[in-house]
Parts: sequence; structure tokens; C-alpha cells
Amino acid sequence: MSQSPPRTWDEFMEGIWRQNPVFVMVLGMCPTLAVTVSGVNALSMGVATTFVLVFSCGLISLLRKLIPKEVRIATYIVIIATFVTVVDYVIQAVSLALYDALGAFIQLIVVNCIILGRAEAHASKTPPGVAMINALGMGVGFTIGLLALGTVREIFGAGTLFGVALFGESFQPWVVMVLPPGGFFVLGSWLLFFAALERRKQRKLAEATQNA
Amino acid sequence: MSIEIRSAPHIKGARTVEIIMRHVVWSLMPVCAFYIFQYGLSALASLVVVTGSCLATERYFVRQGGQSGDISDFSAVITGILLALSIPPGFPLWMGAVAGGVAIALGKALFGGIGYNVFNPALVGRAFVQAAFPTAIATYTPSFMPGRFYEFIPSSMALPLMQPESITEWLTLKHFDALAGATPLAKWKFDGVLANADELLTSLSGHMAVGPSPLLILICGIYLASRRFMDWRIPLAILGSAGLTAWLLFALNPDRFPNPFFMLFSGGLILGAMYMATDMATSPVTPKGMWVYGALIGLLTVIIRYYSGLPEGVMYAILLGNAATPLIEKITQPTPFGKSVLAAFGRQRKGASYPLHPGYISREDAGAVTPRKRILFDKPKKPRQES
Repeated sequence: MSQSPPRTWDEFMEGIWRQNPVFVMVLGMCPTLAVTVSGVNALSMGVATTFVLVFSCGLISLLRKLIPKEVRIATYIVIIATFVTVVDYVIQAVSLALYDALGAFIQLIVVNCIILGRAEAHASKTPPGVAMINALGMGVGFTIGLLALGTVREIFGAGTLFGVALFGESFQPWVVMVLPPGGFFVLGSWLLFFAALERRKQRKLAEATQNA
Repeated sequence: MSIEIRSAPHIKGARTVEIIMRHVVWSLMPVCAFYIFQYGLSALASLVVVTGSCLATERYFVRQGGQSGDISDFSAVITGILLALSIPPGFPLWMGAVAGGVAIALGKALFGGIGYNVFNPALVGRAFVQAAFPTAIATYTPSFMPGRFYEFIPSSMALPLMQPESITEWLTLKHFDALAGATPLAKWKFDGVLANADELLTSLSGHMAVGPSPLLILICGIYLASRRFMDWRIPLAILGSAGLTAWLLFALNPDRFPNPFFMLFSGGLILGAMYMATDMATSPVTPKGMWVYGALIGLLTVIIRYYSGLPEGVMYAILLGNAATPLIEKITQPTPFGKSVLAAFGRQRKGASYPLHPGYISREDAGAVTPRKRILFDKPKKPRQES
């Protein structure tokens, strides 16, 4: 674990920007679309997923030499399920309202492809420190993605942001935004925005190489 | 004489997309004029704002590039006018602007512009606002209100993002009861009150809360069809199928179901059948397909109106018909000359044959094998040269 700081920072930033689970890899769409009707829901879902991601990746990374290759997926799922159960009980104990709002999607973190993907592609090949930092970056990136959807949908769908009214009493809620189609519209708009950014970057790069 | 260097076809009709679209807009002008006469200032503002929003969105996306068409081809004008005619006259103007923007952005630009859209853009816009603002889109006002030419319907002028004020107070001020704002379809569905078919047809009598006059739309549509700017099969199939289904149900149980004329002339069925379902990009091109498409829309309209929670079903019926269009086209491909059942007597026909050059058949098509030999099949063989 004698990594130089830039490498660690790079590992952390990878999940936030370059390989953002929501906007770049488009993974874990089920919770992304289903629970992001409000900012609070999005934030708590993101935090719960981050917790499971970091600790399961750490544990898998610790045990990576012990896990037989043939049964690795089953082992990962058991480890992930353990942490999901922890999160499940904690949320139930802290806030029953939130637990009801998130519903089955807390349990479904088990099959979130971000977590299994990180375990398979990263944690099973790297030492625990790096794996956990990478997982933390992914979790934060996922949370940012959920918040990007949740805040927009909450502003349009209810006129509030984290429960604080923005437009006063007579705001007209856009009912469609809290319905499933609204999730697709907002996600599509964000993907469009990031695709446009990417294209602009490519064009600038091409211009730079032409000038050089 | 100018010489055009390009591949076939070289002989083209004089009709361009722009000319067709312009004629559709012209034919809609009487409908719009009567609509403004019915509802006054609010209807005019609604038409202007929605069409303006459509044009602005179209202009933006065309300037962005990657789009076919331009605002000069009048297609965005048609979208705007049809959208404005299909929403209530007192619909808040800012919601109308949203509907117009969504109609062009989601319904058209997303697919690549004019000619590439899968769904009728006006209906996509309307479906969006129906899902987003379900109360506002169900709030109609009576027509021929006194003072309509110098006063807006109060709900029209709602501030952006804000709820429109309730029109009940305004209605009582004008000595109308609360029921006056319900459309004939809603009245029938929720209160069991049936309007007369002749009243519905002209929408001239009383203060009925209806859209543009079905009779006028019929006349304008017949003009368009007679000039061959639109195919007569689709409206005929829709109205025939809706009328037949409604008549069958009426014959089975006259107490529960209204008479077929009420079905035909209420709501937006005539407007939808004449102008929305006939959109060239989203309806089948094969004559047989047009009948199937129209019959499907008519049937779905009646089913949605009778058996769902919504009073009106034309919009969803047409959108579903649009979605089914590629499939309908596929199963109703005309038989190419020389390939008829009689000509192929004794020979087994292998599925529908493509009227296209076989080379154009996409490779993704399941089991598509480019039948190269087939085109040369009947060609007389060249006598082989002895070498």
C-alpha cells in the first residue's frame, strides 16, 4: 500500500467523473429511476449504496486470495447481502417513513450491478485500501447521479428542494415528473447534457491537435 | 435548363413537403377562425403562444444541426395549431408553451426531424401536458361567453410555474353553473347527461364546452382529401370503425351506451381522424395498411371512452396506432407485379415480399437472405460465347 497520493486521488475521482456509474456507465438504473422522486430519497439511497459498496469491496478485497474462482459470484453476493441487511435495519430504526418511501429498493441494493461490478472488476484484484477508495468514489459518484435526478424531479414535481418550498403556495406541480416517465425524461436530459460536454471536449481536442 | 446530377428518381411530382404542409395550414384557417369566434381572446392567445413555442423549438433544433427540415416547411406550424386546437381554450399559456416545446423536442427533434418521427408531435406534446397537468387539461369553459373578445379566460393568464386560478368563481360571476365547464363526453361519463348529435356537430347552440366545430373540420378535411393532400382512407376507416363499434354496443345495450352519433361528433374524434391520424410520417403508406390503422384507432377510441377512467381516448388511440404503424406496414406489403397468388399458382409463396430492391433489405431482418438470383430470374440468358 505504498501508493503515491495522485494515484489514490485518481482512484477516488474515477467513480465521480470519468466512470460515473449513472452518467457514464449507466449502471444501477433500477434504483436511479425508481427512488429519485425527491432529493431526500435520492440522498439516502446514495448513502446506503455507498456504505454497502465501500464495506463489501473492502471485505472482498481482503478475502480475494481465499475466495475460490468457481464460486466467487456467490461469495460476493453473500458478503454484499450481509451489509445490505445492516443498512436495511439501520434505516428501519432511524426513519420508518424513509424506509417506507424507499421500499423494496433497499433490499435490492444486493443485486445493484454497480456493487457486483466493482467487486468483480476492481476489488477482487486490488488491495483493500485502493479498493475501498475506489468504491467510495463510485458511491459518491452514484450519490451525485441520484441527487442530480432527485433534485430536478423534486423541483418540478413538488416545487420543493429537500422539503423546502421554492415557489410558494400556488406552485403547479408537474405530476409527470414524479411518475416513472419523469425519471426517464430527466435521466435522458442529463445524459444528453453529458454527451454534449463530451462532444465539445472531443472537438476542442481535435482542434488542438490540428493546430499543433 | 438546369441539369441535376444525382441518382434516381429523376421524375418528381410538383408537390413538395412545403406545398402540402402549406395547404394543410390553409385548410385549418377556417377552423381556427371559428375557434377564436367561439372562445375569443384566450383562444387566439393560445394559438399564437403554442405555435410560437413550436416554431422557436424547431428553429433551435434545426440550428443545432443534425435535423432534417426547417421552419419554412410549415410542419411546426401544423403541430402548433393542432396542439392548440386539442387543448382547452382556457389552458394556461405557459403550459401551452411547455406543450409546444415538448411536442417538437420529444416528438420530433429527438427522432431526427420532419419525416423521421414515430409519433405525431402534437399528440406527444398533449400527452405530456395531460400527464403533467391533469386538472388544467380537463378544465374546459363554455363557448360563446359574453365579453369573450376583450377579456381572457382567467386560467389563461396564470403566471409561469404557478397554478391557474379556479374558474368556478368566474363562471358564477357570469351566471353559469359549475356543470357548464364540463365537456359533453365528461358529462355523459360522469353524470349520464347526453348531448344531441346535431348540437355537437355544429357546436353553435348554447354555451357548450367543446373544442372546434366538428362540421367545419369535416368540411376542411374533405377539401384536403379532394385535393389529395391527405388520404381519404384513414379518416373514413377511423370514423367507420368507431361508428360501427359504437353502434354495435348501442344495439346491444342502449341504456348503458350512448348512440353512435354522439360518439362520432363529441370530443376530438373528428379532429384526430382528419388531421392528426393522417400525419404522413406516422401513418402507414400502404392502402391496405391505412384501413387497418384507421380501424385500430377507431376501435381503441371507443374502447378507451367506454371502459377506462378517462372521458376521452382519441389521443392515446392515435398514439397507439402510430406505434403499430411499422408493423402494419410490414404485414400489408402489396404484392409486386408478377408475384400474385394466381401467377404463383402451384408455387409456395414465402411470406411477404419486399417491393424494395432486395439489396436494401437490412441484414438485421431475421433470416434475411439477399435473393440476388431472383431479380435476374426471368431475364433471358445470354447465349454463352464459345471460346
